[in-house]
Amino acid sequence: MDDGEHARATADAVARRSYGKLVAFLAARSRDVAAAEDALAEAFASALADWPAHGVPRNPEAWLLTAARRKLIDFVRRRQTARAAEPELEHAAELLALGEEGDDVAIPDQRLALIFACTHPAIDESVRAPLILQTVLGFDAAMIASAFLVSPAAMSQRLVRAKTKIKRAGIPLRVPEHYELTSRLDAVLAAIYAAFAEGWQDPAGTEPARRELAEEALYLGRLVTELLPREPEALGLLALVLYADARRGARRTADGDYVPLEQQDPALWDAALIDEAEALLSRASAFGVPGRYQLEAALQSAHVNGRRTGRTDFTALLVLYEALQNVTGSPVVAINRALALGRVRGAAAALAALDEIAADARLAEYQPYWAARAEALVRSGARAAAREAYERAIGLERDPAVRRFLQSRLAELA
Amino acid sequence: MQYMFLIYQNEKDWQQMDPPQREQGMAAYAAYTESLRKAGVLKASDRLRPTADSTTVRVTNGKSQVLDGPFADTKEQLGGYYLVDVPDLDAALSWAARCPGASHGAIEVRPIWARA
Repeated sequence: MDDGEHARATADAVARRSYGKLVAFLAARSRDVAAAEDALAEAFASALADWPAHGVPRNPEAWLLTAARRKLIDFVRRRQTARAAEPELEHAAELLALGEEGDDVAIPDQRLALIFACTHPAIDESVRAPLILQTVLGFDAAMIASAFLVSPAAMSQRLVRAKTKIKRAGIPLRVPEHYELTSRLDAVLAAIYAAFAEGWQDPAGTEPARRELAEEALYLGRLVTELLPREPEALGLLALVLYADARRGARRTADGDYVPLEQQDPALWDAALIDEAEALLSRASAFGVPGRYQLEAALQSAHVNGRRTGRTDFTALLVLYEALQNVTGSPVVAINRALALGRVRGAAAALAALDEIAADARLAEYQPYWAARAEALVRSGARAAAREAYERAIGLERDPAVRRFLQSRLAELA
Repeated sequence: MQYMFLIYQNEKDWQQMDPPQREQGMAAYAAYTESLRKAGVLKASDRLRPTADSTTVRVTNGKSQVLDGPFADTKEQLGGYYLVDVPDLDAALSWAARCPGASHGAIEVRPIWARA
């Protein structure tokens, strides 16, 4: 590796590891996330020019922080010539004072404060997860846009608008006080969950942007539980993400065919991730405060253990689905509840439960509803109606692998 | 930072109150104003007369057009404001939530455009 390559590799590694920490630190007082990001981008550019010639510094993170600080102070000075900006000058002076403490000063980790600012209720909900991905993890707008299926221009505009809002509306970069932490944490967990769900949409792993998104959501989940180790829902979310990630490789055959959970080979699951998830879930339950993510993780645990032992406890699943239904009111959960009910009390009960939720207009265009209905109809012996339901499901599915799976089920009925 | 709390509520609600209810409403605002003042965050505050007393003027092609009534006919009307100086949006939102108007209508919290 020559000096240029070494410099680039080091800069990339620091960017990956420390981006959010540096942004959070630089923007902590000014709330100017965009300026912090710009300063950091210029610092990285300086590093790539300087390091190949003078060698990579002993502490690259501190070097970058010092360089970014100088850029930031330059920005403020340039603006200051146009107008007297007292608070900003004060901030610049503080940054300078920090710079004098030398390169070995530990950079305080304020990423959690930045995450809470990104998920502030004053920030539009749809941009919260993208905003975290950009400011904490350093993803560019184009990559986030491709993962969230939005045009790069639109995503970029939303991100700029959100950062402007943080600065102009005075949204603090601060971990909320204890009394409001739980309600604010919900938004943080929801954003991490959204990032993971977007990444999870690509089961074949053919889209690098999405694949990476699922991994980064896992990283964020770990970060939040590290910084808030006594929040049961944060532990529950991390467990949930780990259970799902553990089964990543088993979701498709070598030919790319869809494999439902009930037919997956547990030997293909990542046992270490599942063990970690189980440990997290039991740590979370010890607090005695159940919640949405703990319930979802508990469902994953019941499914996984059912498959491992060959005996799925459908009564326990039913209880969990009902509890989750009460918390979320989600029609998707209602579908799964109906299927579990079918296993406990028979196909007629499942069909009755599906009929009950059929009035929800969202379900008419929802593939899993029709697939569930088809399955319950097969079990009750109504083959013609089952075929019809499978056809509806096939017509609504976007993923070709899942479509092939549904078509094979339909063919079995012919 | 300075923020303005714009108090929106249905004027009719106030008009339909009986005298003891109005007195209670006034007392709630007085107590709120006092707690803002005691906390040292109050910069200014005023109550606006109803939109029936409002006149809207607009100049088009150098000609001024004067219309009876408010700028926009809405279900809830701007009825008053508080101007406060607090450290950040969280502090502003927590003060705004205590405003009696927040329970009857809504408070819009707008940051003041700082003068250069």
